Amino acid sequence: MNRHRSLYISIAVVIIGSIYILRLFQIQVLDDSYKNTAERISLRKQTIYPQRGLIFDRENKLVVFNEPVYDLMVSVPIRLGGIDTNSFCGVLGIDRLEFDTRLAKAKKSSYRGKAVFMKNVSNQLYARMQERLYEFKGLFFEIRRDRNYKYNSSAHVLGYLGEVSKNELGTQEDDYYEQGDYVGKKGIERYYEDELRGLKGEKYFYVDIHGVNKGSYKEGKLDVEAIDGNNLGLSIDIDLQQYGESLLNNKMGSVVAIEPKTGEVLALISSPFYNPANFNIQNRGSYYNRAIQDPTKPIFNRAVSAPYPPGSTFKPIMALIGLENGAITPATHFGCPGYFRLGRRTIKCHPHPFSTSLERSIASSCNTYYCNTFKNMMQSDKYASTEEAYISWRSYLESFGLGNKLGVDISSEFRGWLKEPSFYDQMHGKGRWSYANIISLSFGQGELGLTPIQIANLAACIANRGYYYTPHVVRQIENVDAIPEEFRTKHFTKVSAKNFDAVIAGMLAVTQSGTGAGVAIKGINIGGKTGTVQNPHGKNHSAYMAFAPVEDPKIAIAVVVEEAGYGATWAAPIAHLMIEHYLQADSVTESSKMYLETRLKEANLIPLKYRSQRDTSLYGN
Amino acid sequence: METRSRIDILSLFLYFAIAIIGIASVYSATYEDGSMTLLDGRSGKQIMWFGVSLFVGIIIFFLNANFFEVFSWYFYVPLMLLLVVVLFIGADINGARSWIKIGSFSLQPSEFAKYGAAFAVSSVLSSIEFSFNKRYDVIKLFAVIAFPAILIVIQGDTGSALVFASFILVFYREGLTPLLLVLGIVAIFIFVLTLVIGFSYFAITTLILFLVFNAFTYTNKKMLIPSLSIMAVVVLFSLSVQFLFNNVLQKHQQKRIQVTLNLIEDNQGAGYNVNQSKIAIGSGGFAGKGFLNGSHTKGNFIPEQTTDFIFCTIGEEGGWLLSTLTITLFMLFILRLLYLASRAKKKFKRIFILSLASIFFFHLLVNVGMTIGLMPVIGIPLPLVSYGGSSILAFGIFIFTALKMDASRDEDLTSES
Repeated sequence: MNRHRSLYISIAVVIIGSIYILRLFQIQVLDDSYKNTAERISLRKQTIYPQRGLIFDRENKLVVFNEPVYDLMVSVPIRLGGIDTNSFCGVLGIDRLEFDTRLAKAKKSSYRGKAVFMKNVSNQLYARMQERLYEFKGLFFEIRRDRNYKYNSSAHVLGYLGEVSKNELGTQEDDYYEQGDYVGKKGIERYYEDELRGLKGEKYFYVDIHGVNKGSYKEGKLDVEAIDGNNLGLSIDIDLQQYGESLLNNKMGSVVAIEPKTGEVLALISSPFYNPANFNIQNRGSYYNRAIQDPTKPIFNRAVSAPYPPGSTFKPIMALIGLENGAITPATHFGCPGYFRLGRRTIKCHPHPFSTSLERSIASSCNTYYCNTFKNMMQSDKYASTEEAYISWRSYLESFGLGNKLGVDISSEFRGWLKEPSFYDQMHGKGRWSYANIISLSFGQGELGLTPIQIANLAACIANRGYYYTPHVVRQIENVDAIPEEFRTKHFTKVSAKNFDAVIAGMLAVTQSGTGAGVAIKGINIGGKTGTVQNPHGKNHSAYMAFAPVEDPKIAIAVVVEEAGYGATWAAPIAHLMIEHYLQADSVTESSKMYLETRLKEANLIPLKYRSQRDTSLYGN
Repeated sequence: METRSRIDILSLFLYFAIAIIGIASVYSATYEDGSMTLLDGRSGKQIMWFGVSLFVGIIIFFLNANFFEVFSWYFYVPLMLLLVVVLFIGADINGARSWIKIGSFSLQPSEFAKYGAAFAVSSVLSSIEFSFNKRYDVIKLFAVIAFPAILIVIQGDTGSALVFASFILVFYREGLTPLLLVLGIVAIFIFVLTLVIGFSYFAITTLILFLVFNAFTYTNKKMLIPSLSIMAVVVLFSLSVQFLFNNVLQKHQQKRIQVTLNLIEDNQGAGYNVNQSKIAIGSGGFAGKGFLNGSHTKGNFIPEQTTDFIFCTIGEEGGWLLSTLTITLFMLFILRLLYLASRAKKKFKRIFILSLASIFFFHLLVNVGMTIGLMPVIGIPLPLVSYGGSSILAFGIFIFTALKMDASRDEDLTSES
């Protein structure tokens, strides 16, 4: 009987063994979840961040480069093997409480097996930690690249980087960005993000329980090398840019200079400006709020975002439209008694010699002349109504790039103000408005707003006698044959080339015998037009538009200085000095001009009401 | 009649096969990089202990087989004394006072106690006067295994103490009423059910069953009293289980049992080991990740992975194939031992070999069971595979003693049953 029991025991052994083998079959072969869990636990993906593209200026001077930023990371689930918390806190310079808080926060915000323990660790701390990292298992550094700058200049052109936002993460198409990645937020950093960013690489490896690398996954077969971003070549001349910035120092306003033949932007300044280095990843935190609170709006890119009534700088284009439209000829002259009569109202003009021709009307900036021109146009037999005439006038302006975004390669561009007829319909009633209601437009006031880059582009159109290329600040992209198509397309204005002669002659006269003659530059024929823009909120804005040399234009420029007074006093000399600086660098030797330069650089034209609240440290360091 | 004294080749082969799997697994579990050879670290020590086992095995084969039977108490008593001694001079490791430090070596007397107990059990059971019907004999028999078990519990190593329960299988084979085994299984069933559904539901269910049963058999009044008493015993037992579980077991022991029964999920606490172990084994797939390529093993995610959880390395790197092979080798070894026991002509030898088979079976059942989540975590090694000099040596000596007894069976002329 007991022999049977031996058999029973044997059977029990076989049964148990079989149960185990079947159970193993279930968890090893049938159930995939263990495999996935194991990989989730022990497989890590490390992102290799590429070098972001470098940025060079027109003369191939390095402007923007990369600087490593170290984030101290912790592996999640957190198992800090054998960490001596006290000595760890000592190295990091934090106390126990902060250590615990950071750890708790990391636990909550973990993403793909890791979390940030401390962001933007300084170089020194990184070096100190690096030596002792082997003691602190479960912690490691992730290296990313922040921007740094060779020049304290061009902040508005360059823009800045920031961490990718939730919104950007949600709307991205190619699923490229991950939480915490840096992405261009403003300026060309944003516009050329796809070129600059390169492609992140990936490295897969196993980690042990403390998150320490235990060797690559599948001998690195799945690893992807990072591809560095493409370098950009700016059309900006950093030397000219810096010179312009020195002239605009302590002023509110903007300068935009364009090479007319290509649309390449030579200088783009918005003042007040800030040091781009203060707005990189590491520093922006401490400067951003101060910049926001500064009433002079240093972050605001006036050059592409601020609409100014163009004032008298608008007269050349009025003349061009009048010529093309037939409202005037180069020989047309209107008597100017010092005002333009409009029923019982008068539009004031300033004292000036009699405008014997179109050319002289530009040189002396006669308001009456342009009121008459505009009146002729609006009342022309060619049009059935004022509205039709206005639409025609407006379409001429649009062909010069006004009223719409030009499509420049810097973020935050504004289209400006150029009203649809419906606006006046609403204001006065359909069909119940005439030239008299909109007469201020004829001399660049009223419901009109042009950004400085639009004014500069206007100058370029005139310099080119009827065409322009969309202004752009990048002219070379590494590994790419050409800049985008939209910057290589010629846009023709609706004014034919022959009609430009008289206007250009008038603009030349401005600097030779007209409103801008006082700050003429010897040896360079400049076509210019001053503007003194009425400002209901304070002193007039000083504006100026020019191109040079007239014979073969190499630079077109617009200058606006807010609340500064006459165009001829501030904007015109700034433009002329910049033209001279660009065309004959280092020629400002004449003592009168040196005096002029010094006067401009030193003038503080920031309205008194803002001065005390300005934060000049933004520009420092 | 010609007497032969030949070692059982199949057993020896299985012994070596399992040992080789063990050495390879320990090597892999501790492998860091290419500079580490098989002879370094724990795998090196493992090999050394096998060497020592073989050396002792050879000595055993030079002994007269009757020596063991005659001197059986000379094995038991000193080994029990070691268990007492360790309580006083033992080194405290992981909360258990189970180790005696001799220079750089650590000896674990509880591993050798099984060997000693097998002698005592064999001696008691094989004596001519012994009968399971004599209360004194049964008490003596149980005392012989309870004594070391209690000492080991005092050391703080409940797992190793539980191993002595495997002798009940030997007693069963030698005539202990199966009622005890059946009762044991029923008790485990009630235990599990009480923990799963709780005492109240269990009691209500039992009461309903009792009422239904008596409703069907109401004509037969004879069934009332027995069924009533059975119900009472069952309910009382369930109540005591509830009480014992909550008041006697320690928190970590409660949790281990609850995790095994899937009553709680605690992958970061009590269930951590088992969860990681299942992940490691489960991720091995059909053919495994390859020798030295177990990412979970390499990452040290599993505590005790060279000792109690060595089966993880086998499962992860060798997959289902190697796991199955390993379990099959163990099964064959146990079955072979059972066969060797059955062909023994002397009762003492039969019981001794049977003891080895039972202990081996218990270790396999519990150790592999816990790594795949079928058993609660009870810290006992996988024989010949888990790292640990005492375990390797004790099992080696045990096995060679058993094989020597088998090899000399022809010297025993009479067959006792």
